[in-house]
Amino acid sequence: MDLTLKIWRQKNKDAKGALKSYDIKGVSPDSSFLEMMDLLNNNLIEKGENPVAFDHDCREGICGSCSMYINGEAHGPDRLVTTCQLHMRKFKDGETIHIEPWRAKAFPVIKDLVVDRSAFDRVMNAGGFVSVNTSGNTQDANATPIAKDAADKAFDAATCIGCGACVATCKNASAMLFVSAKVSQLALLPQGQVEAQRRAIHMVEQMDHEGFGNCSNTGACEVECPKGISLENIARMNREFLSATITSES
Amino acid sequence: MAGGSASASLAEMGYNVKAFCFQDSPRRAHSIAAQGGINAAKNYQNDGDSIYRLFYDTVKGGDYRSREANVYRLAEVSANIIDQCVAQGVPFARDYGGLLDNRSFGGVLVSRTFYAKGQTGQQLLLGAYSAMSRQIGKGKIKMYNRHEMLDVVKVDGKARGIIARNLVTGEIERHSAHAVVICSGGYGNVFYLSTNAMGSNVTAAWKIHKKGAYFANPCYTQIHPTCIPRSGDHQSKLTLMSESLRNDGRIWVPRKIEDVEAIRSGKLKPTQLKEEDRDYYLERRYPAFGNLVPRDVASRAAKERCDEGFGVNKTGEAVYLDFASAFIRYGKEKAMVEGVEDASPEKIRELGEGVIEAKYGNLFQMYEKIINENPYKTPMMIYPAVHYTMGGVWVDYNLMTSIPGCYALGEANFSDHGANRLGASALMQGLADGYFVLPYTIGDQLADDIRTGPISTDLPEFAEAEKLVKEGLNKLVDNKGTHSVDYFHKRLGKVMWDKVGMSRNEKGLKEAILKFKKYAQNFGAMLWFQEA
Repeated sequence: MDLTLKIWRQKNKDAKGALKSYDIKGVSPDSSFLEMMDLLNNNLIEKGENPVAFDHDCREGICGSCSMYINGEAHGPDRLVTTCQLHMRKFKDGETIHIEPWRAKAFPVIKDLVVDRSAFDRVMNAGGFVSVNTSGNTQDANATPIAKDAADKAFDAATCIGCGACVATCKNASAMLFVSAKVSQLALLPQGQVEAQRRAIHMVEQMDHEGFGNCSNTGACEVECPKGISLENIARMNREFLSATITSES
Repeated sequence: MAGGSASASLAEMGYNVKAFCFQDSPRRAHSIAAQGGINAAKNYQNDGDSIYRLFYDTVKGGDYRSREANVYRLAEVSANIIDQCVAQGVPFARDYGGLLDNRSFGGVLVSRTFYAKGQTGQQLLLGAYSAMSRQIGKGKIKMYNRHEMLDVVKVDGKARGIIARNLVTGEIERHSAHAVVICSGGYGNVFYLSTNAMGSNVTAAWKIHKKGAYFANPCYTQIHPTCIPRSGDHQSKLTLMSESLRNDGRIWVPRKIEDVEAIRSGKLKPTQLKEEDRDYYLERRYPAFGNLVPRDVASRAAKERCDEGFGVNKTGEAVYLDFASAFIRYGKEKAMVEGVEDASPEKIRELGEGVIEAKYGNLFQMYEKIINENPYKTPMMIYPAVHYTMGGVWVDYNLMTSIPGCYALGEANFSDHGANRLGASALMQGLADGYFVLPYTIGDQLADDIRTGPISTDLPEFAEAEKLVKEGLNKLVDNKGTHSVDYFHKRLGKVMWDKVGMSRNEKGLKEAILKFKKYAQNFGAMLWFQEA
C-alpha cells in the first residue's frame, strides 16, 4: 500500500506544532499501524531526518501507552482496539491519513505525538486504591464470597488501560470514564466498599484540579474506548459522589 | 510488577523509596501483558494440592535446575499472594457461589491457577500499582517516570545509587540510596521477535552485570508454544495467546502431507478434514498430560512437526489449536443446565461458543484483529515464540546479587524456574519477591547501615560513573552510521533465533559468533565482545 501521512510535529512542549506531510510506499496490509510508523521512522532515519516520537510499548493492546488520534478518532477507525492493534488492512491504498496527539488541556504535548498523562497517575494517587497493607496475614481470599455478577462487573471496569482515549475523544476533555472505572471497580467489591465515598470525593477533586472538563453524557468516550468500558460506570460514580457529598463529613 | 509490589511494601514498612520506570507510568510495566493466571497452593478445588506439591511441580517442571530453597519459599507464600490481591480489590474470576474459580496450566495435574479472564497480569499489576499509588500519595515513594537506569554506582564495593537518564529532557541524573533493587525483566528481546514489550531492553540488568553482578543460566530461554505465527518481515513483535487456551483447545496437524499441501494452497479448509486424518500429536505422545504438557515439551513438539513439513500456513510454521470439541462439550453442559431439550447440534455449538467467549473472549478478539480470521469458526493457528527468560542475574537466598546491596527481583533474577518455567508462575514469583521476600530480606543488609546517614551524590564514585555514562552515550550519538538501531537489532535477533533458538549445536553457535563479529565491525566500536 502507498499512503500519504499528515503527522503532527512539535519539537517540545513549548514549541508551536504543525502538520507535516510524508509519503510512504510499500506498506503491508498485514502490518499494524505502529509497524507502519516504524517503517516511516526507519526511512526518516536513513535520510538523516528526525524520527516521529510516539508512545508505545507492549504492542498487544494492554499497556495503554500508544495514543494516536487517527483521522479524527482516538486509536483510529476500528473499534475495541488500541493503535498498536489497528491493522493497515483497515485503510485503503492511496489514502491520506491524519495523525495527531491526544488533545486535552490536562494532557500537554511533550513532543510530536507524545503527551504527558501524569494527571491520571495523580488522580490515582488521590484515592484509587484499597487502604490495605501487605502484612501477609490478610484474611483468607475465600472468607468473603462475592456474587459473580458483582465480581464480573468489577472486572469489566477494571480492564481500563488508562490510555486516555476517553479524554481525547470527549468534546469537554472529561476524564469521567477513566475515573469512574476505578471508582466503580472498587465500590462494587466489599473490600473497597468501606472507603468508597471518600475515594469518590478525593478522586473527583483531583480530577477537577487537573483541569479535565465536565461530563455532558454524550457517550463518545464509550464508543472510542479500546476496552469497551461502559458509561454505566459514570452513573455509578455520580451516585457514589452525590451520596458522599450529602452524607460524608470528609 | 516485582518493582511495584516491592516499592509499595517497603514504603509501608517505613523505608523511603525512589522508583524509576522508563514508561510514562508504572502501570504500563510489561507484567501487564501476562494473560493466563497465577498459581497458589490453596487447594480450594480439593484435588490434593499442597505447598509441597506446588514446590515439587515447579522444581520438576524446571528440569531440576531451580534453586530448591527459593522455590519452597515461593510455594509457602503463594497462598498469601491471593489473599493480599483479593484484599486490594483485584477482581479474580469467581463461580456462582461467590468463591474463587481455578483452572489448570501446563505441566500440572491439579487446578491451582487463579485468573481474571485473559488479563490476569493486568489486574495484578494494577493491584500493585494502586498499592504504590497510595504510597506515592503519602510521599513515601518518589516516582520517576520516563527515566532509564543507565548504571549502578558502587561505593566501597556496595551498591549506593544509580545514574539515570530523564527520557524527556535527556538530562543525566545522580540518585543515591542505601540499596538498589533491579526489577527490569528478562532478556527475551535479544531475539528481536519475542512477546516482550518494545522497551524491555534489559539495560538495567546488563549494567549491573557489567559492574560485577554474576549472570546465571543465560541459555535458559522459554519458547512459548502458543503465539500467533509471524506474518512477514514488517513485524516488530509477536503476540501471545495464553496457555490457558490449552485447557480447552486441542493441538493438531494433518496426518497426511497431501492434506497439508491442500490446506496451504487453500483447496481444503481445516474444518473439512475428517477426525481420522488429524494428528493430535500431543495427546498421542503424552496421554497423561495431553495438551497440557509443559511449555518446552509443547514447543519442541510443534517445531518437530513443522520441521517434518506438517506446518499449516504459508510459511510452514504453524499448527492448529482447535476448540471444536470444547464448543460441543460446553454446549451440551449448558443445554442441560438451561433445560434446553433436544438441542440441535447448531444450538449446542452456539451455546458452547458463548461459554468459550466468557472464558477467553479478549484472546479470541485479539486473534481475530491480528490474523483477520474468526477463531470461533476456524481453528486458531499458533507457533512457538520467545516469551520469558528463566536465566538472569544471579541472586542468593536473600535475592541479593553478587554486588552487596544490589538486589534483583522477578524475571530479572535466575532462581525459581530452572530450565523451564511452568505457566502461571511468573506472576507468582514477581509478587512473592516484591510483597513477601525482599521487604524482609533487605533488612539483613540495611541493618549495618543504621548509622550511615544520607549518601552524597557528590562522591567521586558518582562523578566517575556519570562521566562514563555520558561518554558511552556520546559515542552512540556521534557514531556516523548509516543504519537505524532497528536495522542491527533485527539482524542480530535473527541470528539468535536461527542459531541460538529452540535447538542449538556447536556448529550453529560458532557460526553465530562469527556473524556477530561481522555486525560489530559494521556498527563501530560499541559491542561487548570487542571489549572482551
